[in-house]
Amino acid sequence: MDDQIMTQTADHIATDSVAALKARRSVEDHPVKLEVKNLNFFYANGHQALTDINLSLREKAVTAFIGPSGCGKSTLLRTLNRMYDLYPGQRAEGEVLLDGRNTLSPKEDLNVLRAKVGMVFQKPTPFPMSIHENIAFGIRLYEKLSKAEMTNRVEAALREAALWDEVKDKLHQSGLGLSGGQQQRLCIARAVAVKPEVLLMDEPASALDPISTAKIEDLITRLADDYCIAIVTHNMQQAARTSDYTAFMYLGEIVEFDRTEQIFTAPKNQKTNDYVTGRFG
Amino acid sequence: MTAHNPITRRRYRRNRIAMVFSIIATGMGLLILAAILGELLWQGVGGLNMKVFTEVTPPPGADGGLSNAIYGSIMLTLVGIAIAAPIGLLAGTYLSEYARGSKIGEAAKFINDVLLSAPSIIVGLFINAILVVPFGTFSAWSGAVALAVIALPVINRTTQDMLALVPNTLREAAAALGAPRWKVLVFIVWRAAKSGILTGMLLAVARISGETAPLLFTSFGNQFWSTNMSQPMANLPVVIYQFAMSPYSEWQRLAWVGALLITAAILFLNILARTLAARSR
Repeated sequence: MDDQIMTQTADHIATDSVAALKARRSVEDHPVKLEVKNLNFFYANGHQALTDINLSLREKAVTAFIGPSGCGKSTLLRTLNRMYDLYPGQRAEGEVLLDGRNTLSPKEDLNVLRAKVGMVFQKPTPFPMSIHENIAFGIRLYEKLSKAEMTNRVEAALREAALWDEVKDKLHQSGLGLSGGQQQRLCIARAVAVKPEVLLMDEPASALDPISTAKIEDLITRLADDYCIAIVTHNMQQAARTSDYTAFMYLGEIVEFDRTEQIFTAPKNQKTNDYVTGRFG
Repeated sequence: MTAHNPITRRRYRRNRIAMVFSIIATGMGLLILAAILGELLWQGVGGLNMKVFTEVTPPPGADGGLSNAIYGSIMLTLVGIAIAAPIGLLAGTYLSEYARGSKIGEAAKFINDVLLSAPSIIVGLFINAILVVPFGTFSAWSGAVALAVIALPVINRTTQDMLALVPNTLREAAAALGAPRWKVLVFIVWRAAKSGILTGMLLAVARISGETAPLLFTSFGNQFWSTNMSQPMANLPVVIYQFAMSPYSEWQRLAWVGALLITAAILFLNILARTLAARSR
């Protein structure tokens, strides 16, 4: 039965990825990093976008959020670093506990929170400055480094994002001159340069070509050794390939949240099954 | 083959008719511009010589130059823009970034747009009432302030427009790194909009360097060389106005030269602004 669904669901998954999926390291004993409790979210017009969300993200593990457009995946991600605070009228109720501390509290220092919870967006968003400065900008917010130290940090971040070899000779050229995939890795480098604890990725590869997408996915898998990662994706193969846990969302609710292989091979909910087998969505 | 089809043939015919009308309309617009420029060159170039730049405006019937008016125009414009640029930049930034959607913001934007189209003679009278009458004398300061009042809404509006063009994703990306709002603005948003804002300022300079009405009641004019900002100061537009209306041929000749100089300066500023805008793309 399992194998049947497997071939049905993931006809695009290469066999080695399936093997990787099955041989996935055990992350169940990783401590919980971020815990979402009874979260409700409302837009300025009163529309409720999230209803009673409960889930936890583990350290050094990748959690994927899948579901049809408008199901609230991105909205959920944006409550985790309180991105919604930029827009007056949007509000969240409930609790988002980062290491046990409620970050939805009005007293929370948003700049400190966002330093701990980094974010990568769907569209690559390099700043209108050089590649070096793109990364140094974030570091400078928190640390006062000498020129040499900064050079090292920028290099380390670019290496971590697997971009160093491609840009090491043009660090002082504009970041806008890079290709889309390179820009996105620059944004990932920028996010990891400030040493966050959690990394939120909102469809980080949906605007990229297949080769760039593969690079980003490789990168996510490697970054999972160090960070707690939450990724929103429309691409179910991507969720299957990169994540340890998967949450299927529908109409602002979490329908099913489980180990990724469970969701993709033996979902408990009929709706989840329909979605991952491509019958709707 | 398609050309034999009666429907396509009709479309071709209509297209040709529309094209002919558009070309005629464009030609008429360009013809007027060419006529103005041609007449200016024809009448102005003949009177152009070193004396124009070295000697002050002459008494009727004598020979002279425009040095005092050229100096005055440059000073009035520079001081005017020096007053208007920072205020316009900050006001535009506030309206676009902080007051977006608020009632006060919308009202202020509307009033700014009204000011944008306020007749310049009204501005001259207003400044005359508050800066000339109380001090008992026309002055270069009051002229510069009058020009600033005219430049201010232009800069304010272009700043708003240029900031609105900066994608929100860029603001989010910077905020997601934990950058406080003012840093997002100064280091990311302003930088992204820099060339557009500068272009707006240059166009404002071009606009005020040809203004006559606001200077008639403020800076007035001065036959002599004067660098005292508290005294009346000569300037090209008012000199052109006085000299062109006079019966003296020397004055009329100088008026043509002055008009040529202003037009050349405005043309240069517009080309510079266009180059800047093109380079930013």
